[in-house]
Amino acid sequence: MASLFVFVPLLALLLLHLPVARTFFRRISPYVVGLLLTLQAIVAIVPPGALEDPKAQPWFLPVDISYDGLTRVLLLTIGFVGLSALVVARSTLSAPKARLDFESLLLASLAAMNGVVLVQDLFSLWLFIEALGVGSFVLVASRKEPGGLEGAFKYLLLSAVASVLMLAGVALLLMAAGNTTFAAIRAAVEAGGMFPAGLATILFLAGLFVKGGVVPFHGWLPDAYTEAPPAVSVLLAGIVTKVGGLYTLIRLASECFRGVPGLDTLLLVLGTASIFTGALAALPQKDMKRMLAWSSVSQVGYIVVALGAATPLGLAGAVFHLFNHAIFKTQLFVNAAAVEAATGTRDMDRMGGLSHRMPWTSGTSVVALFSTAGIPPLAGFWSKLIILIALWQAGHEGWAAAAILGSLVTLAYFLSLQRRVFFGKLAENMESVREAGRGLVVPAVLLAAATICVGVFFFFILETFILPVQNILG
Amino acid sequence: MTLELVLLVLLVVAAVWTVLARGLVGAAIGLAVTSVVLSVLLFQMHAPWAAVFELSVCAGLITVVFVSAVALTRAESPQELARATERRWRRYVALPILLVVVAVALAYLGVPEIPPSRPMGEPGVGETLWRLRPTDVLGQVLILFTGVLGVVVLFKERGNDAR
Repeated sequence: MASLFVFVPLLALLLLHLPVARTFFRRISPYVVGLLLTLQAIVAIVPPGALEDPKAQPWFLPVDISYDGLTRVLLLTIGFVGLSALVVARSTLSAPKARLDFESLLLASLAAMNGVVLVQDLFSLWLFIEALGVGSFVLVASRKEPGGLEGAFKYLLLSAVASVLMLAGVALLLMAAGNTTFAAIRAAVEAGGMFPAGLATILFLAGLFVKGGVVPFHGWLPDAYTEAPPAVSVLLAGIVTKVGGLYTLIRLASECFRGVPGLDTLLLVLGTASIFTGALAALPQKDMKRMLAWSSVSQVGYIVVALGAATPLGLAGAVFHLFNHAIFKTQLFVNAAAVEAATGTRDMDRMGGLSHRMPWTSGTSVVALFSTAGIPPLAGFWSKLIILIALWQAGHEGWAAAAILGSLVTLAYFLSLQRRVFFGKLAENMESVREAGRGLVVPAVLLAAATICVGVFFFFILETFILPVQNILG
Repeated sequence: MTLELVLLVLLVVAAVWTVLARGLVGAAIGLAVTSVVLSVLLFQMHAPWAAVFELSVCAGLITVVFVSAVALTRAESPQELARATERRWRRYVALPILLVVVAVALAYLGVPEIPPSRPMGEPGVGETLWRLRPTDVLGQVLILFTGVLGVVVLFKERGNDAR
């Protein structure tokens, strides 16, 4: 049944582009996409056993896919973020053709992302990552403005390098394991030395670091996030890089590559480098979206560091932070879209005092940025706490201290953002600013509510969703 | 074997043509020809699925993308063309040197023997592949769709503007 997660969006995409009844299909397109995303989120919330016996023979396509705790969290996140992006697209894209293009590409990305989180085979994984990449380049460039084209070009170039690295890794692992299933690769990596299994792992990981925007492979990320259309930024920052780079890193580092010597240290070093590079680069930014993009680099670092702890708790922390980060970063990009739509600029030096004019946007933004900085009792506090405990228990006290320091810098740049954009005296030329439309306020409010609820009902979420993830360690 | 050798030589010729072609359209067509020859070779070596995807994705889709992108550019003026082609052969000086180095290295290391092409087993290779790797077929289809969608989104409207 799980193969329907890939097949249904693909089928919907085909139907929407049939040469018959175009007007009808165009009219229902947003509702179809919205319904699919909602259904996906609901199915992900339902416990897996309730729907289908996991050991039963697949009755639909005989594809090799699995549905476990980690997949559930990701499917849920994809549903949430996809819905937000869809609503933002409705309010920020005015041309019907642009909306249809976005909805089609969202469907294609949805099929690709679901494929990435469901497959159990390294080559299939690579294929779906490629499909996701193709959709993302087009989305970033879809406004056809010089900035967006430059962002898409950088993304395309670095992603092409990543693809080659990953494919070379797959080829070497096929040599070593004779097969590309996760189980076979795990056996080969545990048995094999530095060549070819170790080298292959390094090549594949380098590709994943590019896709996830981990320092020093993050060069494409600020431009792509900043210059993409608002709805695309939401999708890209909220979920695409999380699925393409970080989910795969979590899955492979814990399931396949555990036997590689030095992997933990590599993850700790690169994760900490990401935390500080992202945070320090975010501090002096004037462009609101660019600051959020650099903040993403920094938050990705926490996920990578948590994996570096190489314990079940570290894995839980990484997945929990991935979920939380997807929710609050999506919301911050929705807020940025609202501010840009209302003021016509992203330059924070020209803003100020917008909280009087845009109370909803300002209020929700406070929630998201406090959560990012790890202020209790919001969602981000708990995931960061789990990461710190995991690092401490694994004997990495120094790395834990560095992570705390990084959080302080996060608080500093986000307070600066809030002060420059929302607090203080209303800036000149901003008297006529009004709250952006409902399409940009409602998703922000719902996402902020999710951040608060996950924080308040933290134990429930942890027990039901996050701790079952540890089963993938087997 | 002889047919395979002829195809391999054709493959190299088409690839060199792609690199040396004067115009972008020529290079794109050269690449398409390379892909077609490669897919014939793959058919010959009993890998029909690889051949089909090589033909559809590389020879078909990618050529469409390249040619549509080239269609959006403006033709060079004679002066620009002269400047670009003036010393173009110098760019390829390294090519024969590289070829000699590779040939010497291969002769030194020993050319690996080309494994004999295996006869198609029962049930057909295509069916076996579908049974073994259906997920990949789904992924390939998705990449194709997304690629075509990308060409439509990025190029259709602009093509009209450029007229």
